Amino acid sequence: MSIAIIDYEMGNLRSVQKAFETVGHPAVLTRDPQVIDQASHVVLPGVGAFGDCMANLERFGLIDPIHKAVQQGKPFLGICLGMQLLFTESEEFGPHQGLNLIPGKVKRFPNFSVDTPALKIPHMGWNTITVQNPSSVLQGIESETHMYFVHSYYVEPTDPDVSCTTTDYGIPFTSSIVKENIFASQFHPEKSQRLGLQLLRNFGAWQ
Amino acid sequence: MLTKRIIPCLDVKNGRVVKGVSFVNLQDAGDPVEVAKIYDQAGADELCFLDITASHENRGTILDVVARTAEHVFMPLTVGGGIRTLDDIRRLLKAGADKVSINTAAVQDPEFVKAAASRFGTQCIVVAIDAKRVSQAEEQGRWEIFTHGGRTPTSLNAVQWAKTMETFGAGEILLTSMDKDGTKDGYDLALTAAVSEAVTIPVIASGGAGDLSHLYDALAVGKANAVLAASIFHYHVYTISDAKEYLHQHGLPIRVVTERNATVC
Repeated sequence: MSIAIIDYEMGNLRSVQKAFETVGHPAVLTRDPQVIDQASHVVLPGVGAFGDCMANLERFGLIDPIHKAVQQGKPFLGICLGMQLLFTESEEFGPHQGLNLIPGKVKRFPNFSVDTPALKIPHMGWNTITVQNPSSVLQGIESETHMYFVHSYYVEPTDPDVSCTTTDYGIPFTSSIVKENIFASQFHPEKSQRLGLQLLRNFGAWQ
Repeated sequence: MLTKRIIPCLDVKNGRVVKGVSFVNLQDAGDPVEVAKIYDQAGADELCFLDITASHENRGTILDVVARTAEHVFMPLTVGGGIRTLDDIRRLLKAGADKVSINTAAVQDPEFVKAAASRFGTQCIVVAIDAKRVSQAEEQGRWEIFTHGGRTPTSLNAVQWAKTMETFGAGEILLTSMDKDGTKDGYDLALTAAVSEAVTIPVIASGGAGDLSHLYDALAVGKANAVLAASIFHYHVYTISDAKEYLHQHGLPIRVVTERNATVC
């Protein structure tokens, strides 16, 4: 078994790779459709702007390989922007069309600072996740665990049942989703110390 | 609930950790990777490396330190010091940094911040501001920016500058009081509050931490989202857990760390 981390020149993928290696799951950085096709697990990370990320996925011919991996039923993990890209569309400098694997929208946090100056944007730092729908990817990770977030946009799935955890930042929002073989998180497990690594360990063991 | 962050900062010179008083009298305090591991296990919320010799000497050493750190430590890492080009940022992010902190180069060319934010995303661009009070004690507070490690005045108003940097795409402000740095008698609370209230992006307070009440004041009175400290942690005056326990007991939202959530690998 092998984990393919999709490298499309958006963000720091080395830490994702090192994190998987640390928990005993070898992972490769790749944009080769053949390597993705042969992988047992696929990870879509992402940092930056939604439109740029979609443009790069397109430029490297990765959109079809991603759809194929999901259709084949391979465990698929989206992280941060890699989660947002799975949705139908985003309003970030947009609207931009996403991969549409999860029906729903990506929206910007409202400008809290008028009423509550303490709520800065980006939402940056450690916040708690509240489990709504248990998933084996969260095994050993209790509700109200802290995970590391850094983002200004959040997802709003059309079907609320795909919401795996929620987090509160001025408003409650979906901080991870699970739908069949897809798990995706707004937080960064690879930056969330031991319990983040636990999530990656679980994902690598997910069938 | 989003918690307030405690960020130990390591000054790194030629690949070794040092911490000086007002940027002179440097003392060696160990290997940055080993120190980073200790802070990770202790449950620090983020880590910051400041490459203090970046402008003058061989800069490759910090890339090696960052790369080795990223192999062992799974927490957010900010790197600052001598960052002048998009290529400097690209190399640091590729080595494993999550955020870069831009100081002098932002003052010399504010468009650089805009270009960096648009290329790498606002979330990884921290603008560092070194400010010194220029108003008299009885006057309303007014602070100016100094660059080159606090040596060069710019006549820029610090609060105004923070707002400008926000519009240019900074994702966070790292605010250091040059008056307080190294004094151990507390953060500049008036400066911290003035900047925190002026911007809608997170603010990290820096400079002056001597005891745990100072951390509390910067977060509660100064309204900072995070506190950066060096010597109080490096010389084991307090541990990260001491700090977190104290702040938690005083009613601030804090991620209290147990052995369960720190990384051990």
